[in-house]
Amino acid sequence: MEMTGAQILVEGLRREGVSQIFGYAGATICPIVDELRAAPEIGYTLVRTEQNAGHMASGYARVTGKVGVCLVTSGPRATNLITGIATAYLDSIPMVAITGQVPSHLLGRDIFQEVDITGAVSAFSKHSYLVKDAARLPRILKEAFYIAASGRPGPVLIDIPIDMQEQMADVSFPSEVDIRGYHPSVRGNDKQIAHVVEAISRAKQPVICAGGGVFLADAAAELLSFAERTGIPVVTTMMGLSLLPTDHPLNMGMIGSHGNVCANKALAKSDLLIMIGTRVADRAILSPDEIKRRMPSIHIDVDPAEIGKNIQPELPLVGNAKVILNQLLERDLSVDAKDWVAALRSRREEELSREEPLQSGSVTPRLLMKCLGQRLRPDAAVCTDVGQNQIWACRHLWLGGCRFLTSGGLGTMGYALPAAIGVKTAQPERQTVVICGDGSFQMAMNELAAVRAGGMDLKIVLIQNGVLGLVNQIQSTPPYHGPFGVELDGSPDFAAVAAAYGIPSMYVESDGDVERTLDRFLAAPGAGLLIARVAPTASTND
Amino acid sequence: MKQTISVLVENQAGVLNRITSLFSRRAFNIHSLAVGVTDDPAISRITIIVESGNSVVEQVEKQLNKLVEVIKVRTLDEGTFIGRELMILKVSANAKTRPDIMTLCDICGAKVSDVSTTSMTMEVSDTPDRLDTFQEMMRKFNILEVVRTGVIALQKGAGKI
Repeated sequence: MEMTGAQILVEGLRREGVSQIFGYAGATICPIVDELRAAPEIGYTLVRTEQNAGHMASGYARVTGKVGVCLVTSGPRATNLITGIATAYLDSIPMVAITGQVPSHLLGRDIFQEVDITGAVSAFSKHSYLVKDAARLPRILKEAFYIAASGRPGPVLIDIPIDMQEQMADVSFPSEVDIRGYHPSVRGNDKQIAHVVEAISRAKQPVICAGGGVFLADAAAELLSFAERTGIPVVTTMMGLSLLPTDHPLNMGMIGSHGNVCANKALAKSDLLIMIGTRVADRAILSPDEIKRRMPSIHIDVDPAEIGKNIQPELPLVGNAKVILNQLLERDLSVDAKDWVAALRSRREEELSREEPLQSGSVTPRLLMKCLGQRLRPDAAVCTDVGQNQIWACRHLWLGGCRFLTSGGLGTMGYALPAAIGVKTAQPERQTVVICGDGSFQMAMNELAAVRAGGMDLKIVLIQNGVLGLVNQIQSTPPYHGPFGVELDGSPDFAAVAAAYGIPSMYVESDGDVERTLDRFLAAPGAGLLIARVAPTASTND
Repeated sequence: MKQTISVLVENQAGVLNRITSLFSRRAFNIHSLAVGVTDDPAISRITIIVESGNSVVEQVEKQLNKLVEVIKVRTLDEGTFIGRELMILKVSANAKTRPDIMTLCDICGAKVSDVSTTSMTMEVSDTPDRLDTFQEMMRKFNILEVVRTGVIALQKGAGKI
């Protein structure tokens, strides 16, 4: 079939089942954008800054399990996308990013809007392509989507010079890929599975530590079956939050420096640590050496390089979490951890039932999170930003079954709103809530345009304390000498900003009003902004 | 400890960049790196010498394996492979010193590849420590320039990676 490079690309996207692109057009991507005009089955969202195209694609990918696609032109558009790509890389989100590029015969001459984007993202992309022959595009696309979604998912970049988009080529579209050096493990080694079963049966105080890899493998249901069948308590990392409902009898909460006391106790006191889809990063496990000294561990991960990177487990098990959990569920699993769970459970109940002393004049974040979570539909999605709002949400948001999304790895402020727009684009009917601070909201509020343009009934909870709260908290602790450069002077009237996009606002300023206001806020039709006034001194440790 | 890692990669633009950026990003120290095409023009072999403990080398291997263009990675055990490096070395030389230099070249298996009224240039291919010795012996003649390729290595016997 004789086609232009742009036609090949769009046809390839169709064949990969792409139904949505988040993008920013420009000169060097025009041939492709022109073809997208003729492809109404592929939705297109114009972002207001390119970083958010990456975050929208991320939110889209995380709730659909499909590869998120973003497309921008060359130069500054591409460099602006970098943070979106890095955010996806650190959280292993399947994504294909397509960038326009200057004509191939001018590459390397530093002409207008030329930048070496494949070189720039090499340290935080799973793979990248610079297209030098349009005839190779069908294979490149097939490979890119396969690489992005398989094994440990991640972002793949395709950089396409404009002349390659215009070049005619006689092509056929491959139905399969075979990449010589890329064969991700899927099934767990049967011998290792047997060892794992044996280790579990000997344990008296085992604990499962589940991370974002469980979601990526679509293995939340298998994790639940495995935990319930064995009766082993579960703690999660930040990326594993919402794998189990907050009040599930086996859920002991989130571990780490910002985690729950009960979860950290469970981790510290266990005699067998079963890690699933987690990379043992510093926020989750601050001192892997200490853990290693205290207890043996099993590490289940799809990426062999994660085994032994931060912690050396007694029993590594490489493969897809869903497949491995099913392999384990086929075995006879017997554990007696009842006393262990009962002891943890009573501590957990204490933590969850803690009564809030009500205050007026400002809102207690813990109360706000708890009440907000309890009012969400079981299939809701919650996207948080980074900072105090994220930590409060992680620790206290009641997760009854809804999906929790945040930028756990890179910690990118401004992630929540575009990610939620990605969720809403994929699933318009899904109740979706953004939790952000007044710092992070100002990094992404230009994307309210997409909320308005898409008529999305997105709910945004803005925690307003007038400072960059988490940095303020760090600066207020020795060795630092006090807050500096964190007061958000000159911030706009957020209700007026929202109103400018046709979005109504509400305020909540004291604890006594939290429940009533949340009820009204969530019941109101269409998009809405809830501004919760929180004291600048409120700490994540409260 | 120096360890020798042999890597087969797809012979494509950008592969070397990905490998070297991986080393710098993960703070792995490369002692030397040599690359050349294999019998199959689509595949290149890279020989990397790293100075690290076993756990680091294991992590290097795993990270290399993650790169899509990397086909195979193998750390070669000491004594099981032939490792050679090529050195070209230029010293000041005149009629008086030339015979001494020639004698050392004979002893060390170096070949004279260029000569002028004021200099001599030798090439020698051997193990890195023997190249070090040769270089040391040449020092008294005033070394003008040296270039070394880094080690390339193949397994002994019929074994291949």
